[in-house]
Amino acid sequence: MKWIYRRLIIVFLTIYAAITITFFVVRAMPGDPIDALAQELVWKYHMSYEQARQLAMSIAPFLPKGDILHQYIRYMINFFRGNLGVSISYSTGTPVISILAAAIPWTVLVVATALIISFTVGILIGMVMAYKHGSKLDSGLAVLFSITRSIPEYIAAIILLWVFAFELGWFPTRGRYDYWALEALKHGDVFAFVWDVMWHATLPILSWIVVHVGGWALGMRGSTVSVLGEDFVHYAVARGLPSRRIVVTYVGKNAILPLFTSFMLALGFMFGGSVFIEYIFSYQGIGWVLYQAIIERDWFLMMGAFDIIVVAVVIGALLADLLYGFLDPRVRRPA
Amino acid sequence: MARGAGERSYLVQSVKWFIEDWVVEPLRIIVRNKKALIGFLILLFYIWMGTLGPLMTPYPKSFTCPVYLPPTILRWPPSLAHPLGCDYTGTDIWAEIVWGAPTVLEIAFIAGLVTTVVGVVIGIVSGYLGGLTDSVLMAITDVAMTIPGLPLLIVLATVIRTSSPVIVGLMLSVTAWAGLARSIRSQILSIRTRDFIEAAKALGLPTWHIVFREIMPNLMSYIAINFIFATIGAIYSSVGLYFLGMLPYTSFNWGIMLNMAYTQAGALYSISTIHYLLAPIIAIVGLQVGLILFSYAIDEIFNPRLRAH
Repeated sequence: MKWIYRRLIIVFLTIYAAITITFFVVRAMPGDPIDALAQELVWKYHMSYEQARQLAMSIAPFLPKGDILHQYIRYMINFFRGNLGVSISYSTGTPVISILAAAIPWTVLVVATALIISFTVGILIGMVMAYKHGSKLDSGLAVLFSITRSIPEYIAAIILLWVFAFELGWFPTRGRYDYWALEALKHGDVFAFVWDVMWHATLPILSWIVVHVGGWALGMRGSTVSVLGEDFVHYAVARGLPSRRIVVTYVGKNAILPLFTSFMLALGFMFGGSVFIEYIFSYQGIGWVLYQAIIERDWFLMMGAFDIIVVAVVIGALLADLLYGFLDPRVRRPA
Repeated sequence: MARGAGERSYLVQSVKWFIEDWVVEPLRIIVRNKKALIGFLILLFYIWMGTLGPLMTPYPKSFTCPVYLPPTILRWPPSLAHPLGCDYTGTDIWAEIVWGAPTVLEIAFIAGLVTTVVGVVIGIVSGYLGGLTDSVLMAITDVAMTIPGLPLLIVLATVIRTSSPVIVGLMLSVTAWAGLARSIRSQILSIRTRDFIEAAKALGLPTWHIVFREIMPNLMSYIAINFIFATIGAIYSSVGLYFLGMLPYTSFNWGIMLNMAYTQAGALYSISTIHYLLAPIIAIVGLQVGLILFSYAIDEIFNPRLRAH
């Protein structure tokens, strides 16, 4: 069980590092975030600067008075209480945490769907490639995938957007859902709303799949080829087991396991790349919020968005690890 | 006298061997491998763009194109004088691509190099020393691996406002080294128990000799491949950051061209301006493809066991 404790320590260290980085980045910024918030309040509510500054200090996630260590500890405590300050670019006074809570499910929807589809499709293609190892199909796909894997997803997204949304008009060009779908939802037509959401999410998901399927397929191909050379597979064949059982239980299961370790990297990569995908499709998930926060110089929102991306990736990676430990008893032993 | 001449001829012979090993033989391997040859030629073309290109191409200026004439499908279409056509400000696209190459290549090279060196050093130190050093370094590595690199870069770019390719390159390596450090460490762990290392230790050879002369040659092809992947990753992040407008810029850059085509020129809305969009896309993807294809020869170049075939 030691690996679980080690994993949990890394989880906390990672979140701690993320909070620390954002805090010092914002403090190192030219210009005072409290001042920016106060000025926003003056401009919006016509209050005196003194009043606005008092209000800004009371809603900021750290006290701007006192030494930096004091501020840092205060911010840390506030973070774990869920107080991330307020946004200045949204309607003033909106807590950052509620903006993030509204955005993160959409990113999770796109990233999780894309990850599951590209993992499944990639594994199936990878197995076919491994069984046809050395054939024209195998070597052709290997070169193709090694190239698609290195194409940035923002390029894939722009091309898909241009071809399927602008030229062919099959899919919407931007957004998470249409206005009419929200109205339909209010009238109880859940199906129409879900359909519209899927329709909007198709191109963002497809952008990920185009880029990621190749990586999974190549990983599965390599893994399957090495499992195929193992003695227990030859023995299973010699025992006359049905080939379906050998392919699924003996080879497939053992070949998939090592791929789980790539889940963490894929998750981090996809949550990070969401900034591009969501910017290109104006898809209002967490990446879009991070982009907007920086463009609007909304520093508390930026801190919160970055921290929440890290938390999401860490939790996702932890779940993948626990699942891996559950599926493969070998990793439970200390290395 | 005779001894001096002998030393000199030994030196000449060494230089000859060096050239044979690191210039002639790699070229032979590249020429034999069709994929690697295509990749090598693509890379040569990009290196030309990054070095001599700007000297041989006129500086991209607005309004260099003649007034746009409506009856063509493309706006400011490609012509003999302007091989890729012109963008919405009347600037020659080919010149913009060529003048954008040096920054992209410089950032990618520096970031790739720093990422690889840091990853290798941390991996070797961690794997070879073990103990507390190993635990601490691996904890840091795990944290760096888990923190999503791109959002971190975006956040860092808000404070580190720089257009210097060296600093951008350093910034891009901030977490990128972690994956390599981990895999180098596990390779070291498996190599250090092998017989020839035990023998070297028993002979009392110094640590630096064991690390650089006994262990490193086994890792060279792996490190070289990872240098290429690190470079590809750096191109992805740097062009992406410029595309989002997160980095200030002083010169031409493909990411900025992509952004202009996406936001300003309306290249998505009408097919008549599509060459604004396609030019930077082809430039970026072409470089990635060149690097990937070239990497097919790396294993053979750095792995003497494969060369024998």
